[in-house]
Amino acid sequence: MFAYILRRLAYAIPIVLSVALLCFLLVHMTPGDPLVAVLPADASQELAQQLRVAYGFDRPLPVQFGLWLWRVLHGDLGASIATGRPVAAEVAHAVANTVMLAFAAALIGFTLGLALGLIAGYFRGTWVDKLATSVAIAGVSVPHYWLGMVLVIIFSVELNWLPAVGAGAGGSGQWAWDWAHVRYLILPAVTTSVIPMGIITRNVRALTGDILSQDFVEALYAKGMRQSQVFRHVVKNAAPTALAVMGLQLGYMLGGSILIETVFSWPGSGLLLNSAIFQRDLPLLQGTILVLAIFFVALNLMVDVAQALIDPRIRRA
Amino acid sequence: MDAHVNVTAMSEPGPADAPVNRASRGYWANVARRLSRDKTSMVCAAILLLIFLAAILAPWMGLADPYKGSMIRRLRHLGAPGFPLGTDELGRDMIARLIYGGRLSLFIGMSPVVLAFVLGTSLGLVAGYAGGKVNTAIMRTVDVLFAFPSVLLAIAISGVLGAGVLNSIVSLTIVFTPQIARVAESVTTGVRNMDFIHAARASGAGDFTIIRDHVLGNVLGPIFVYATGLISVSMILAAGLSFLGLGVKPPEPEWGLMLNTLRTAIYTNPWVAALPGAMIFMVSICFNLLSDGLRSAMDIRN
Repeated sequence: MFAYILRRLAYAIPIVLSVALLCFLLVHMTPGDPLVAVLPADASQELAQQLRVAYGFDRPLPVQFGLWLWRVLHGDLGASIATGRPVAAEVAHAVANTVMLAFAAALIGFTLGLALGLIAGYFRGTWVDKLATSVAIAGVSVPHYWLGMVLVIIFSVELNWLPAVGAGAGGSGQWAWDWAHVRYLILPAVTTSVIPMGIITRNVRALTGDILSQDFVEALYAKGMRQSQVFRHVVKNAAPTALAVMGLQLGYMLGGSILIETVFSWPGSGLLLNSAIFQRDLPLLQGTILVLAIFFVALNLMVDVAQALIDPRIRRA
Repeated sequence: MDAHVNVTAMSEPGPADAPVNRASRGYWANVARRLSRDKTSMVCAAILLLIFLAAILAPWMGLADPYKGSMIRRLRHLGAPGFPLGTDELGRDMIARLIYGGRLSLFIGMSPVVLAFVLGTSLGLVAGYAGGKVNTAIMRTVDVLFAFPSVLLAIAISGVLGAGVLNSIVSLTIVFTPQIARVAESVTTGVRNMDFIHAARASGAGDFTIIRDHVLGNVLGPIFVYATGLISVSMILAAGLSFLGLGVKPPEPEWGLMLNTLRTAIYTNPWVAALPGAMIFMVSICFNLLSDGLRSAMDIRN
């Protein structure tokens, strides 16, 4: 097991480095001068030059990358061009809100997805299966940002039950687990949960079908097991793959939250990314993308390890 | 195409008790027949065809001008006289904008998948067929792009390149190419070691001939099905980029952008504001169901 973890870690290091390189190059692919956002339109040549030196934009690219990577390894993601505040602090704060949203959505989406998938697999071909499959296909096909708008229209505009935007009184810094705040989380979390719900339902249903057609299931029936008992074995066999799908979905929710956070003005990493893009705040853009991508790589790593923990076959592969 | 069809048909084990005349029909003819019997797929295909035709024929349908607004008829509700689907925030006819909107929405939604299909298949074929160092080099590069959640990657690239139709297509192509390359690589690797490839090589066929005559026909099917499944994601993401202001620029009619500009009106005219998203949803669900239908029609063993 230990050897497996080491092997998997060794594989992740070049990925992380390439991700860092890609994030770094992202800024340098940008058409136009990265200083455009800070420089006043009538700035003198000297001022531009001073700033260029201050941000290190005058050095050769490989040197810039080395220096940048060194600072990143020490937790320094630079300063936001728009606000001057350290990027690391801004990103950490925003990511915390995104993690909260993603976990709330995971709670809803994974529970529903697993339940629907297993039910559909168990009652394959019946109307229950058809219903669960339809819900799942709608879940994977819906433009989630639009669903968010529709939910706002129903629950905020028409019924006036839940707030449409934001994260509650006192801004994002004063979150508390009381109704006054949690009500702000409900609509974004439900909206976010729809895609993973659909994907997990579809995957678990297909998995169940695959496993039920294997020989050992036949053997279990031959031994005289009842269908419900056999199904316990099916669930056990489906667990590693289902776990992998869920881990990936959690990663997508963390990294792909920009659309939903924009709809609900949820103060997470997606909203931060949005403002970084439109203010052309490149250090902030770079830092946010880097942190989210590293998060995603780490999550994939954890999923692989967890899978190996529960399924010895994977360790040996 | 004919040369590949036979190879595919031969490589697919048919049911032993199948009547002889069925086996003699081509594989793709069988797939088409099975697909045409699937009611859901046919309904979806019909809806998509309708939307496509409407988008293409929009200028000749006698619709209102999708660009021409009027301050006095802004934000008419559903069923308003003369405007059955209402008007938008600038007083433009929603029916005209929704139908015209299909042109750009479908174009920016589908072209990344088409481009990624060509690029990803080429990369995957080369990697899978060559194996060894070439495979490692290509697939490790692809792995790096997999380290980003697709939405994040699309938005990062679009955010850096700036808004625009071309930039959206480029960024989404970069998102989907690795996914298709991975599928293409794995099916090609599977086919490469089959006996008929060895036989072809033993008979003196060169790499190019082997790929063209023996590999391509066997790998294109699975890659194609996978790619059709991506169209719905691509439609949602492409419209999503416009929704964020990273895609199509105003005043062009495009569903994602319309959803964005109408967002300001959700308190005054909520259901009209939601219409463009319903179009994206409809197209996306139809593509998904059609792709599912195609997948099971191609799985001839069932």
